[in-house]
Amino acid sequence: MSLAAPIISPARSGGSGETLIGKSVPRLEDDALLRGQGRYVDDIHLPGMLQAAFVRSPHAHAAIRRIDASAALAMPGVRAVYTSEDFSPHLVTDRLVVGLPSSHYKQDHHRQVLAADETVHVGEPVAIVLADSRYLAEDAAMMVEVEFDPLPAVSDCRAALAREAPLVHRESPHNLLAEFDMTYGDTARVFAEAKHVFRESFWQHRGGSHSIECRGCVARHDAMEDRTTLWTSTQMPHAAMRVICEILGLHERQIRVVMPDVGGGFGPKLVTYPEEVCVTLAARLCGHPVKWIEDRREHFIATTQERDQYWETEIAVDDEGHVLGIRGDIVHDHGAYTARGINLAHNSAENVPLGYEVPNYAMHVKVVLTNKVPVTPVRGAGHPQGTFVMERLLDRVARELGLDRAEVRRRNMIAADRMPYRTQLKARGGQWVTLDSGDFPGCMAEALERADWAGFPARQAKALAEGRYLGIGVANFVKGTGRGPFESVTVRIGPSGKVQVLAGAAAIGQGTRTMLSQVVAEQLGRDLSNITVTTGDTDATVMGLGASNSRQTVVAGSSAHVAAQTVRAKVLKVAATLLKAAEAELEIVGAEVLVNGQPARRIALGSIARALAGTAGYTLPGGVAPGLEATEQVIIDDMAFSNGTAVVELEVDAETGGVHFHRLVFVHDAGRMLNPMIVDGQLAGGIAHGIGNALFEWMGYDENAQPVTTNLGEYLLVTSTEMPRMELFHRETPTPINPLGVKGVGECGVIPMTPAIMSALEDALSPFDVRINQTPISPAQLYALIAANAKP
Amino acid sequence: MDASTDNTTRRRIALTVNGRTVEAEVEVRHTLADFLRHQLELTGTHLGCEHGVCGACTVLVDGRSTRGCLMLAVQANGCTVTTVEGLAAADGTLHPLQQAFKDHHGLQCGFCTPGMLTTLVELLADNPQPDEHEVRVAISGNLCRCTGYQAIVDATLAAARAMQAPGAAQRPVEAPVLPAARAAR
Amino acid sequence: MKPPAFEYHDPRSVDEAVALMARLDDARVLAGGQSMMPMLNMRFVLPGHLIDLGQIKALNHIDAHADRLSIGAMTRQRDLEYSPLVRAHCPLLTEAIQWVGHRQTRNRGTFGGSLCQLDPAAELPAVCAALDATLTVASVRGERSVAFADFPAGYMTPSIEPDELLTRIELPHWPVGHGYGFVEFARRHGDYAVVLAAALLSVDAAGRITRASVTLGGIGPAPVRVTGVEQALVGQIASGALFRETTEACRSLDAMEDIHAPASYRQQLAVVMARRALDAALARAHPAR
Repeated sequence: MSLAAPIISPARSGGSGETLIGKSVPRLEDDALLRGQGRYVDDIHLPGMLQAAFVRSPHAHAAIRRIDASAALAMPGVRAVYTSEDFSPHLVTDRLVVGLPSSHYKQDHHRQVLAADETVHVGEPVAIVLADSRYLAEDAAMMVEVEFDPLPAVSDCRAALAREAPLVHRESPHNLLAEFDMTYGDTARVFAEAKHVFRESFWQHRGGSHSIECRGCVARHDAMEDRTTLWTSTQMPHAAMRVICEILGLHERQIRVVMPDVGGGFGPKLVTYPEEVCVTLAARLCGHPVKWIEDRREHFIATTQERDQYWETEIAVDDEGHVLGIRGDIVHDHGAYTARGINLAHNSAENVPLGYEVPNYAMHVKVVLTNKVPVTPVRGAGHPQGTFVMERLLDRVARELGLDRAEVRRRNMIAADRMPYRTQLKARGGQWVTLDSGDFPGCMAEALERADWAGFPARQAKALAEGRYLGIGVANFVKGTGRGPFESVTVRIGPSGKVQVLAGAAAIGQGTRTMLSQVVAEQLGRDLSNITVTTGDTDATVMGLGASNSRQTVVAGSSAHVAAQTVRAKVLKVAATLLKAAEAELEIVGAEVLVNGQPARRIALGSIARALAGTAGYTLPGGVAPGLEATEQVIIDDMAFSNGTAVVELEVDAETGGVHFHRLVFVHDAGRMLNPMIVDGQLAGGIAHGIGNALFEWMGYDENAQPVTTNLGEYLLVTSTEMPRMELFHRETPTPINPLGVKGVGECGVIPMTPAIMSALEDALSPFDVRINQTPISPAQLYALIAANAKP
Repeated sequence: MDASTDNTTRRRIALTVNGRTVEAEVEVRHTLADFLRHQLELTGTHLGCEHGVCGACTVLVDGRSTRGCLMLAVQANGCTVTTVEGLAAADGTLHPLQQAFKDHHGLQCGFCTPGMLTTLVELLADNPQPDEHEVRVAISGNLCRCTGYQAIVDATLAAARAMQAPGAAQRPVEAPVLPAARAAR
Repeated sequence: MKPPAFEYHDPRSVDEAVALMARLDDARVLAGGQSMMPMLNMRFVLPGHLIDLGQIKALNHIDAHADRLSIGAMTRQRDLEYSPLVRAHCPLLTEAIQWVGHRQTRNRGTFGGSLCQLDPAAELPAVCAALDATLTVASVRGERSVAFADFPAGYMTPSIEPDELLTRIELPHWPVGHGYGFVEFARRHGDYAVVLAAALLSVDAAGRITRASVTLGGIGPAPVRVTGVEQALVGQIASGALFRETTEACRSLDAMEDIHAPASYRQQLAVVMARRALDAALARAHPAR
């Protein structure tokens, strides 16, 4: 199909009644979830099922001398203990080789299925214990004796680069995993000639995803078919199937991966984990179904995390605050292994100049190993860091030149009439990054207007006279969404007349099934109750990429739309033959096709499907191919760029460092909205995550890389009482690069929150001349900055 | 007497769960949440942290919201327990809170939802017309990573209005024993 | 994250309970379970025996006497929160309890459990310190009284023997018309405080302070009565300016330090919280008639 396909318009789409596109229809997922009838992985109970617990490394870095499971095996109810030694005869490779391709790697470090002779982060799995209950499995896991020989560990990614730094992996030459430049223009010249150059250092900190459901999986082996089914709380079932087949040396029909209901993903569940391989193999070896449910402590030490980066940057501007160039260095904490790739550092570097005219740019990136849990995308995936740096640099420019912060942004934003705008950046696949559409200045202007930016100085002055410190901050972002190349969707109508949608997409709570139903129903009778959606099952679709990168609506929605159109065309063609009518006279209403709305002349969708199922010896009606179904993989290589502006107004208690929000205005453009209610929900969740990143979430490690915040009392997620009321507004600039005109939204809320909040904090504390170049910041840290500059 | 001389590791318990009388033998170390989930197969009660922070496992015990991971099953002997499965009416009609969650997009992945609902059932029994702040305080012990809480708050306020409306059905969920009455005893 | 194996006992009386405590080695007491159960689930404690006090009805009561409230150690925090007796006689406790955890944890958590857990930043120990509570502990050897000031032996460690059981808390009444204030700074609503302050004031018709109590939590290993500030207040005409001046002394208290807050920050919060608690107390104080 052509990517230039016209945007869907209600007038020319199928079905009777009102369009479903753009309607906040209630979610199809909700009824079961509200009744407690969801089926999450821990809700799966199979006869004879054993429960697994993992023995994990308590050391950030250690050699394994000896493992003795005899005491554990002697305990009642304990069925098996497997170590690397037990597994290795059954593995083609003992490593999970999953890294995205790149020419920048200097060394490869892939995760072990089970640690054999070296562990490189706290929480790395060393053995799996199977028992009749999880209680017994945990009892036994405590009794597995592992003799560790602790080795020096590296916690800080900057320290890891020092010549004398301990090695994260004892056999590797150094701790530099990858290094690359993202460069265009002539930064050396502009920095030499610029009137103003400002230098800033930034630290941005890692955190966890903390979906309320941790990870988990259940495997059942069918010896008769030599086939294993793995139900797993993942975002990427097809990837998991491929990885497991590869490691176990099986072909693709021998492993089926199914996603049950998933209790949130937020990034880390897109990774295939050692535990999924272990549970699958354990089920094949022991002859029982095996369940493993990650507990929250394991989530803190064994589920991937993100965001630690140190930046040294410079910005060159002219007297009017026009950006001439940006350059700098990023040191990115990669954790101990490559569990996804170097995409995060790439995203961060790419995101800096994305929404603005930055004519010259040079970022040097070092991706560095540390003895910490591996780093892979968490909601935002590197983009929040890039946005943070750019927005904070623009605040610095405004301060130095005495300009309004919004004005500096306005002067540098890419104007709406320049869309599509080809940047000088290249995406990780080598394509040029082209901003497809959007009105960035218009979006910011609306946000400023709605937040009464112009009226803030009066509010601030009035408060200050009362001894209160009010601040306002603004941040813009642009985020590539809907990463291709495709998602696979089949739309099928069977003799039952039900419309089945089978998608490689993955539903992790975002309303994906509702979205696909809306898109398909729009073409096929506009009756949501006649649609069934299957996602996240490698048996249902051969190909699939799953949930990541705010992509489902863009790529799966587009494929569903085109597949439904194809089926619709076939329905109409065959119905015209069977009803002896012109196609133009036909309309699909619910599960039937009617001629000019006459109830007397109609045919059920099921009857058409039955006719197309064929009868031996008879020709198919309408001269069409058999079957009433279409599979589409609409290829979309370019990203659809969403954008938005956050304005935060807050108050700081200068005596405690406490922060209280007054207003939070968020204006967002995700192209055409299929279901505005769901868009709001996605944004709101992202915003909350961003507030957490700014003010609450701190994943502490000591200097030996021991995690020091391993429960939800120490690691703080934002709660209802700390969340301000969010004022969400939408602009709809349809993208021309997909047939629905949609852009992604899942990660967007999080991205501008840290810079907007830090900007507002600095503004509130301007009497103390406070500068904040880090995220998160705690009340204690904020108070220390205030105290350091308090006038006596 | 010490009632536990020969039943210190396993106990028979009897309790009412969602209006049904249940008798079962439990291991004394099993939590109420695990008992409900794995022994009674009421899997609507979810475990998110098992250390009493996230609130996903909240159920009503004698009408009071309780963290199911911080109570042993054996301690529920003689109690009346309501889980999310017990909130809808016998004919399947959603509880007004459930309906409001659906109407206001008060859930996404659905994992925290059962704990939110049970906590809020208690709130509305104690305080039928809460303001926004009171709703936020009530669910401050329930973590949600999807919604940013706002839609949950809005849904609760809408449910409170619906339940106050003339002709609103009386809900069968057990009202808590009035604390004032209990304390004054 | 499941509790380890233990033997479970649910005595029906204090006598039964203390007999078990005397007899069993390696036993832990389970009160409301809101701290003990997480420790069990995370296997930070691995007791051989768990003695559940939940069936001892005699430990669940709130009684008002002429000079004091007498509260059973197993009284749920929720019942304290809603008790008209507590509200009438000890409004500081009613106010403080709003800060204790969350609705779900107050429904199970008990007064005595919180005292024995003795978290340095917990609200209920601070209230007991502020009010000069008297505790009663029982064992097979009989009962004894412990002034709350003598109760903490150190960080999260009460000064009672392993076989002794806290049974009752007595909170002396403050005079009618006294002012009370309870404030805290916590990262999130319901979290343990970083620093908290409780203040009680009695003033005469001239506005002169006749009695003062100022307590800080989250500073030392146990709640601290800031007697220096109390002495500086008594006899003075109460005012915001007086409080601002006198509470500055809190900055010189020894303060804990951990990954979340340096000592200097806790000292700053001590000054601010003490002052704000006194301001709140003064706003509520009126001379006895």
